[in-house]
Amino acid sequence: MVEIVLRVNGCDERLDLPPQVSLLDALREDLGLTGTKKGCDQGACGACTVLSDGVRINSCLTLAVQHAGREITTVEGVDHPLQEAFVRADGLQCGYCTPGQICSAIGMLAEHRAGVPSAVTGGLPGAPGAELSDEEIRERMSGNLCRCGAYNGIVAAIREVAG
Amino acid sequence: MTSFSYVAAPDTATALRAIADGDRVKFLAGGTNLVDLMRERIERPDTVVDISRLPLAGVAELPDGGLRIGALTTNSGVAADPLVWTRCPVLARAILDGASPQLRNMATVGGNLLQRTRCLYFHDEAARCNKRAPGSGCDAIGGFSRGNAVLGVSDHCTATHPSDMAVALVLLDATVEVQSTRGTRRIPIAEFHRVPGDAPHVETALAADELITAVELPPAPVAANSGYRKVRDRAAFAFALVSVAAALHVDDGVVTEVRLALGGVGTKPWRATEAERALLGRPATDESFRAAADAELRSATTTAQNAFKVELARRTIVTTLRQLATDRSPA
Repeated sequence: MVEIVLRVNGCDERLDLPPQVSLLDALREDLGLTGTKKGCDQGACGACTVLSDGVRINSCLTLAVQHAGREITTVEGVDHPLQEAFVRADGLQCGYCTPGQICSAIGMLAEHRAGVPSAVTGGLPGAPGAELSDEEIRERMSGNLCRCGAYNGIVAAIREVAG
Repeated sequence: MTSFSYVAAPDTATALRAIADGDRVKFLAGGTNLVDLMRERIERPDTVVDISRLPLAGVAELPDGGLRIGALTTNSGVAADPLVWTRCPVLARAILDGASPQLRNMATVGGNLLQRTRCLYFHDEAARCNKRAPGSGCDAIGGFSRGNAVLGVSDHCTATHPSDMAVALVLLDATVEVQSTRGTRRIPIAEFHRVPGDAPHVETALAADELITAVELPPAPVAANSGYRKVRDRAAFAFALVSVAAALHVDDGVVTEVRLALGGVGTKPWRATEAERALLGRPATDESFRAAADAELRSATTTAQNAFKVELARRTIVTTLRQLATDRSPA
């Protein structure tokens, strides 16, 4: 067992865990934060996306013990215009992928603001933030699958918030 | 996942001692491959040494104009680096064509070099696989082989190397710096990955007690005009069927310098030296590009399911080189 302090949504959480427990399982099973979803459990669907120190990651492919002292943000700690935009734009049907979509979109918007390039933009990073076209949004959100196929609504919601 | 003991290495020396002293010890960095493999019980270490907080991240310029990339630099970090974009856009483009943004935020350069094949039979405990269980046989040969390699294959293994980043590093003649308690050594990338031969489970030249600490790229002016083109089953977040990394210099319509590497078709990140030899000094035309592709692909070994990769590679090579020859903007 390994003792760690995980800072989740602004609160310090003391945990005593076997080291093989993923961050995803620690959030859901040990802390009861079931907003973060387990889809594929192998990094292919994005339903488990959370922010670690503001950076979006797949919580299923990382051990909880690796995040000791880091600031984890899950959908329970999110208060962002994206949430209402997803509702307005019908950016969901069953809703299972939505917490991951929201956390991923928050991370994505921050990356775009910081000039992080994508396969669509190419070119030098840090160049003045190009407009976030639908093609850009789709590429930058490609790590989040929606099996209901609500992609048009998801793209519209993100486009609305990105302005 | 089987249980293991966990060590968070405070410094590189501690990490190297831990792996030198142990038997079944694995280094853990971004986790995107190893955590998955441990969950599938393909990797079953007794001890996991977490190296993710070691000070081995960052991109720096070398005195000779080359670049040094720390092994723990994330894939996102490399792809967002202005020096990488100026000197060798092919590396940034290859990385951005791989995986998803979340995975690129986690995955490191060292881990990417060591990622394991996505061959279906390697991941299926019920199947025979010479990589997973040496000597057991290979169910991919004669099985579902659409995604498998056509270059560098053997009678024992046809598993494709999955990395995009490594294809660019092969193109750039990178050197892999590794450390152990015995010292530091530098491995040319062409010798780092191995074709399967009769020992498919031995995938790299890295010794059991060694840690990748950096990748160095020698200066290569030709790489300023370089690009990466990846063909896959969907527009994003899929492994390559075929990918082409290329760098080209044309003078008066004649190819005066060329580098070519292939992904998705080889058992290792594939430097297309036969194609380079065939193209050097030739006119920069589609005809020459096709002849160069043929020179490389002549040695392909295919199955009914993956024979399409040869023609796909040929066309992708031609398109990539044509674009570099005509507009001098990256493919």
